[in-house]
Amino acid sequence: MKILVAVKRVVDHKVNVRVNADETGIETANVKMAINPFCEIAIEQAVRFKEQGSADEVVLVCIGPKEADVQLRAGLALGADRAILVRTDEEVQSLDVAKLLHKIVQEELPDLVLLGKQAIDTDNNQTGQMLAALTGMPQGTFASNIVFTVPNRVKVTREVDGGLVTLALNLPAVITVDLRLNTPRYASLPNIMKAKRKVITMTAPKDIGVNLSPRLTTLRVESPPVRQPGVKVENVTDLVDKLQQQAKVI
Amino acid sequence: MAILIVAEHDNHTIQPATLSVLTAASEIATHTSDGELHLLIIGHECESVVEIAQSIAGLSQILVADHQIYQSPLAENIAPIIVSLVQSKTQDQYSHIITSAGTAGKDYQPRVAAMLDVAQISDIISVESVDTFKRPIYAGNAIATVQSSDVIKVITVRSSAFPPVPLTAESVTTEALNQMPVVELAPQAASGKSEFIKAELTQSSRPELTTAKVVISGGRGMQNTDNFELLYTLADQLNAAVGASRAAVDAGFVANDLQIGQTGKIIAPDLYIAVGISGAIQHIAGITGSKIIVAINNDPDAPIFDVADYGLVADLFDVLPELTAALKAKS
Repeated sequence: MKILVAVKRVVDHKVNVRVNADETGIETANVKMAINPFCEIAIEQAVRFKEQGSADEVVLVCIGPKEADVQLRAGLALGADRAILVRTDEEVQSLDVAKLLHKIVQEELPDLVLLGKQAIDTDNNQTGQMLAALTGMPQGTFASNIVFTVPNRVKVTREVDGGLVTLALNLPAVITVDLRLNTPRYASLPNIMKAKRKVITMTAPKDIGVNLSPRLTTLRVESPPVRQPGVKVENVTDLVDKLQQQAKVI
Repeated sequence: MAILIVAEHDNHTIQPATLSVLTAASEIATHTSDGELHLLIIGHECESVVEIAQSIAGLSQILVADHQIYQSPLAENIAPIIVSLVQSKTQDQYSHIITSAGTAGKDYQPRVAAMLDVAQISDIISVESVDTFKRPIYAGNAIATVQSSDVIKVITVRSSAFPPVPLTAESVTTEALNQMPVVELAPQAASGKSEFIKAELTQSSRPELTTAKVVISGGRGMQNTDNFELLYTLADQLNAAVGASRAAVDAGFVANDLQIGQTGKIIAPDLYIAVGISGAIQHIAGITGSKIIVAINNDPDAPIFDVADYGLVADLFDVLPELTAALKAKS
């Protein structure tokens, strides 16, 4: 079984994000970049499937600038076999990402495509579902457990608003992963060294036949309204008084 | 061009989030020339949902796809029926397809968008015009204003950002009720590629997290599952919903559907009480819409105090019983 894992390069989740001065986006100069945390969980899961013997090959694919090879190397150091970088300096929106991934899927013919459920920069939560639509594959979103069952089937437990829902999907399928699927490992030094020798194939949107066509224009990016600083209360009596007399919420 | 609203329901009752989506849809309609609102209900044996929908003011049509294949929501089956409505020649063409950004809408709506070859605008918090919307990015640390160039706008709505439309039979006269056209739709073929196995849904008599007026949450500081009883007791005193931070869910203290934050539930209650929660930005992202935030934590430097209107630096195991008793005494 071959597993394709999509990886996005994003601003590291520990960075305190600030809107830039001309309100066109966020401050990106000298900001630490990293693998989107949800994508990292997807890589970890694919590698675990390989270690358990249910997968033979784990291929990473990233759409981004040439600097994204850093994130792909990090993913290879976690245990993926090889990687594909679809190189572009443009901002690529979810629908175009899905179209690019669709081309890669047609090329690679994976049995399973794993993605993070959302990227922590745009918070869109779209790409996996869109890829499933374009490829005609069934989808299991927000997965907290994935088990291969009879040949060519996979059981997915999904985290939904009311609790958990379990589906069975025919392979090939698209699964987007949630936080509690696993805790990604730290790459060991030998594996980091080994990853340097693994292959990253470079391509570009036009090479695989996709013309990027962004449909959404960002007119402005602004900071959210700031909450006024509050007060410290001394004790429970004080708190209850303030909530009743001042805030009038109880 | 009409606006198609896809209802969120459990085959018995309509989810409050859909009533907020209707407010967002009405706001879009004010920017269009005709802007009729059509509500689509996809389910099985969902007559009571249709009945409730008939008491919603402002709708001009209800569309119902009632079939066994829609008993459990599978995106592979739901997306094609939505798409068929947009592509069908006999139906009105739709300018917007809109639903709530709950886990159901997040699941099928991008599939609909890709099938129609249009972008999706996720999680909108305000309507600026017929094609321009505001939405949070970077866990709410920035708000983007985005404009869509697609003919059909596929949208999910952050329900906590819009008030619900009133759901009263009085808002519609009986006469209007009888005239409200209910169009029954034939089902589309099932994909056969996915199958529902089981649902393990949390049963709770407390209010639902995303619509409760008061929410009390516990974090890592609660230490274990048993200690959450202290929160439940307090919650019952305030008729509050109970939530949790990611740390508490990851530690297994409570179920996943209690998680509040960037990737969990987004809430906007009148009163939010964070107990033993340090206040990671991902958690704050889910609570900034709250009117009043109270933080109880023994660490005076916890970032939660930066967003709290009232902060109490104390041991939660002392505070919770005392607070419950104080409220009981007042009531």
